[in-house]
Amino acid sequence: MIPICRLTPRHAVQQWLTRLLLLCLCSLPLHTSAQEAPEATPAQPTFDELVRQLPSGNLRQRATTVEQLASQQDERLADILAALIVGDLLANKDKPPVVAIRNGDTLTDALNGSDLTGTSGLRRIPVNNSLRTQLRGMVAQLNLSHPDSDKRYAAVQRFIRDGVDGETAALLRQHQPSEESGRVNDAIDAALALFDLQTGDRDQRMAAIDTLSGSLEQEARNALRSVAENDEDATLRAAGAKAIESIQGRISFYRFIENVFFGLSLGSILLLAAIGLAITFGVMGVINMAHGELIMIGAYTTWGIQVLFPDLIEWSLLIAIPAAFLITALVGIAIERGVIRFLYGRPLETLLATFGLSLVLQQAVRTLFSPLNRSVSSPEWISGTLSINPVLSITYTRLYILLFGLAVFFALMLVMKRTSLGLKVRAVSQNRAMARAVGVRSNWIDALTFGLGSGIAGVAGVALSQITNVGPNLGQAYIIDSFMVVVFGGVGNLWGTLVSAMSLGLINNFLEPWAGAMLAKVLVLIMLILFIQKKPKGLFPQKGRAAAD
Amino acid sequence: MLTQRLLLSDRGGMLVLGLVLLTAIIVPILNLAVPSDSPLYVSNYTVALLGKFLCFALLALSVDLIWGYAGILSLGHGAFFSLGGYAMGMYLMRQIGDRGVYGHPELMDFMVVLNWDKLPWYWQGFDMFWFAMLMVLLVPGLLALVFGWLAFRSRVTGVYFAIITQALTYALMLAFFRNEMGFGGNNGLNDFKEILGFDLAAKTTRVGLFVASAFALIIGYMACRYIVTSRMGRVIIAIRDAESRTRFSGYQVESYKLWLFVFSAMLAAVAGALYVPQVGIINPGEFSPLNSIEMVVWVATGGRGTLFGAIVGAFSVNYAKTFFTTFSPETWLFILGGLFVLVTLLLPKGIVGLFDRFSRKGDKQ
Amino acid sequence: MNPLEQLRETWRRDQVFDFVQPAPDFSTKVDTTHGPILYVEDVSVSFDGFKALNNLNLYIDDGELRCIIGPNGAGKTTMMDVITGKTRPDTGSVWFGQRMNLLKLSEHEIARGGIGRKFQKPTIFEALSVFENLELATASNKHVWYTLNKSLTGEQLDRIDEVLKLIGLKEQFRMEAGALSHGQKQWLEIGMLLMQNPRVLLVDEPVAGMTGEEVEHTAELLTSLAGRHSVIVVEHDMAFVRSIARKVTVLHQGSVLAEGTMDQVQNDPRVVEVYLGE
Repeated sequence: MIPICRLTPRHAVQQWLTRLLLLCLCSLPLHTSAQEAPEATPAQPTFDELVRQLPSGNLRQRATTVEQLASQQDERLADILAALIVGDLLANKDKPPVVAIRNGDTLTDALNGSDLTGTSGLRRIPVNNSLRTQLRGMVAQLNLSHPDSDKRYAAVQRFIRDGVDGETAALLRQHQPSEESGRVNDAIDAALALFDLQTGDRDQRMAAIDTLSGSLEQEARNALRSVAENDEDATLRAAGAKAIESIQGRISFYRFIENVFFGLSLGSILLLAAIGLAITFGVMGVINMAHGELIMIGAYTTWGIQVLFPDLIEWSLLIAIPAAFLITALVGIAIERGVIRFLYGRPLETLLATFGLSLVLQQAVRTLFSPLNRSVSSPEWISGTLSINPVLSITYTRLYILLFGLAVFFALMLVMKRTSLGLKVRAVSQNRAMARAVGVRSNWIDALTFGLGSGIAGVAGVALSQITNVGPNLGQAYIIDSFMVVVFGGVGNLWGTLVSAMSLGLINNFLEPWAGAMLAKVLVLIMLILFIQKKPKGLFPQKGRAAAD
Repeated sequence: MLTQRLLLSDRGGMLVLGLVLLTAIIVPILNLAVPSDSPLYVSNYTVALLGKFLCFALLALSVDLIWGYAGILSLGHGAFFSLGGYAMGMYLMRQIGDRGVYGHPELMDFMVVLNWDKLPWYWQGFDMFWFAMLMVLLVPGLLALVFGWLAFRSRVTGVYFAIITQALTYALMLAFFRNEMGFGGNNGLNDFKEILGFDLAAKTTRVGLFVASAFALIIGYMACRYIVTSRMGRVIIAIRDAESRTRFSGYQVESYKLWLFVFSAMLAAVAGALYVPQVGIINPGEFSPLNSIEMVVWVATGGRGTLFGAIVGAFSVNYAKTFFTTFSPETWLFILGGLFVLVTLLLPKGIVGLFDRFSRKGDKQ
Repeated sequence: MNPLEQLRETWRRDQVFDFVQPAPDFSTKVDTTHGPILYVEDVSVSFDGFKALNNLNLYIDDGELRCIIGPNGAGKTTMMDVITGKTRPDTGSVWFGQRMNLLKLSEHEIARGGIGRKFQKPTIFEALSVFENLELATASNKHVWYTLNKSLTGEQLDRIDEVLKLIGLKEQFRMEAGALSHGQKQWLEIGMLLMQNPRVLLVDEPVAGMTGEEVEHTAELLTSLAGRHSVIVVEHDMAFVRSIARKVTVLHQGSVLAEGTMDQVQNDPRVVEVYLGE
């Protein structure tokens, strides 16, 4: 596959780094022979011609063609050779032939990447075992010298998984001095140690165990386990057992870190969903059961932006955040002016009326768009995983949402603590009559506060559109959880909301492995219900005489 | 004296109960004795529908009792309704015996699917009707007792109470969705065959259940009426209007709330137990928070704090629901949602209040 | 209480477990053999650092009429909250007679025990009739089952009639209480207190919002109650206090500043300073 390069923040940096790396590599004398090959004499056939030659002739001629191909620097080569090994490289009888790569049921042109699915008359290009061995070595070499360290790392990983033989070990040893990435170097060490563990003498094996005790690869553990259990040498057995123990310790540590991260990530989702509510319910005391639907509207805004500007998928989230904020804030202000303001001081009626609104909004979305889920695509810069080591990997989506949740929280904190709007909001919530007496337009402030809370719900919707299905029921799933977060944290306390969202996320995540997802949820709800018995005013209650009444 | 207190002073209630009684007599006759081509014939579908509405009316009564009189908004009454329904469903399941798809003499089909080898302990005894009926009352009653005790003791009131009751029914819904709970998971309990030896598919059985629901409603109404016209009823209204005054007058507010809540939960459970054999299925969807909040709207629409208003509300909203979901399902949620807003903003006393206003105007002229 | 003490408390020989103990018998007379009926000793309450009560000591004699005055924030309402069980103090003890520890009783038990309270803002049951308001306040069995099944005895009905006359609402007894005038509501609340037949009446600002005539009537009512009941009146209206007071206590910053007759108190330089400011 030819990666389609779009300019996104992360990608741009990556590309730039890669180029820099390439430049360095080219100037190294060690690589001259291989690197100068592309500037071949015009008499030599081009890459495309060579590929088209592959189907013709006998096996020996094919081996020559492959060798010629190997001397060319081309990004397509690795895929073509890999397909050839497993018999997924097909060609037809045309002159020149069409060469295609089969990937499951789809067929793509090996040279220009166009879709050939359904084309008939394509036959497998035959290879034999000796050619296969030659090809494997070439692919490995190719991958090892790939400019992208991720690719090199993956190549070493594949060696480890497939088992390291003498040939690959030699290859790795040859490559290692020129390797710059620490991660790849460690992987090579592990691969070589695995090889030594099988074939080396006693000292080498001891050293290998020592090296492997620092590796988190599954294969390293397996090899060590077999040494610890079956080896004839008692010292080696003991060393192997010890190494496994130290590995297990580290693995459980990383698992714990991963759990904490997932817990915090879940917490940040809860935080995003609840934080708008912390304003409307916590500060204003208004029960807005339509809060979930505001989140949903935010998510639909993201979808709308992607539909309207299909060329700007990469930027869609950045556009959607202010757009969703504005739209939901306006909807919120409309709700406040149209319904809620008539119901101040009657919380139960507010609850019912806003619940009615939530039904109307849901049905409106169902009628306007569709009852089915809409697919919101993720820009490339937030997809993918950040694998820190073989045990611990973190998806970028979750990482960004965690950061985003915290950013929204602190931005809101700033608004409430540092701006005059925040001051007025707090004044109105504490003593409406007095605030009005000193000249605060309390009606206006009510509407703005509600708009602010609703707008944040919309922003939360943008984030949620990246991890859940965007459908009319999106909001319902979050409303009870969000209320629980606010009640648990203590009404009217933003810090409480942060702490309670994060702790609920953590509790949920740590309960899940032994209770199952659904039961964990039930248990958390029960715990919350019991907690409210004990502390009806939440973790961080508002104190003082006013609160006592 | 007692009839004066329960009936004569309650004109609206008399009217509504009279109508219920009339339906309970006429509908069976029109269904059973009138040939099906006659214009007077009441179809089986209508009998089932009205039977369902009667159960909903009883449920609405239970919600009105605590919301209208004690001011406690429970958004979890669907939980008690469903638990009652599940208890009845368990009895009906045990009656299937070896007529299930897998023909196991003791285990339910879903248990066979799960490879269970014996009946879980909590399914024991449900083959006996009296035991199942006892559980219909006891299980929801006990849940209400424990939950209410915890909540009222720590003085959780108003919106907080509403939210934690909603969380309660939500938690139960999630729990009942699990197959390992042993209540049929997603599919719930269904495919019932007979009740007390009567074939559930038979016309007469359906009419019998319909009449039973009507009488349950009438008895339930009388019981509620007895409570609200007693001194206890006045204490409850006093709690609604001035809780601390009541407390300083020497009443243990918590225990009043608690017993009323438990009674209301049991009433809801009876409604659920009558509902299940008539619709032939109970599944975790009944626990959904939306159901519970819909009940509140029946009461609000009919007029809270009047008891008969709850019945009026349950019938009118559900009739509208049936009408709209058949002819234009799209609009129903708009209407329901609009109803929530409209009733709270414009009709705080519901339909009954509207009639009251008109009749009072008439009196003046 | 630490676990050891708890354990010791549990195993005391002279006392059965709390839950098998008969409910405190409120019909027996409150033991006032030593004079005072209410002992408030060393009571402190703080809200989030603010000391609402600070080592308050107060003794009320049986049958006494006591007025409590003090500037805003002196802790008058908090003191009432502590006595009636609404607020639990951080330290100190509150005894009703010799035997009843009010800190161990809940609000309704204290009310049944014989302490009635009138709030600053008249709180009555607005949806019920005047008669029903008094009915609910009547001293009788107030358990759920009892109120569900039993109606009032003839004796209790007579008592309601008597109180209706006393508070001047005989004509309005069928009226919804919410429709009464402000002064009438105040009286109805006092009437409800009387129906409880309490030993101690705590009355918070009884004449706020009353006309001159109504104030006079209230003063008469309260003085007539003293003797049979102990009456504690918290009031801002100095003229009113002067008209009824025998003994006045001045609260300031959560503790007693001065105590004595109205004249003594008014001439106390500290009191003057507190009221007039520096």
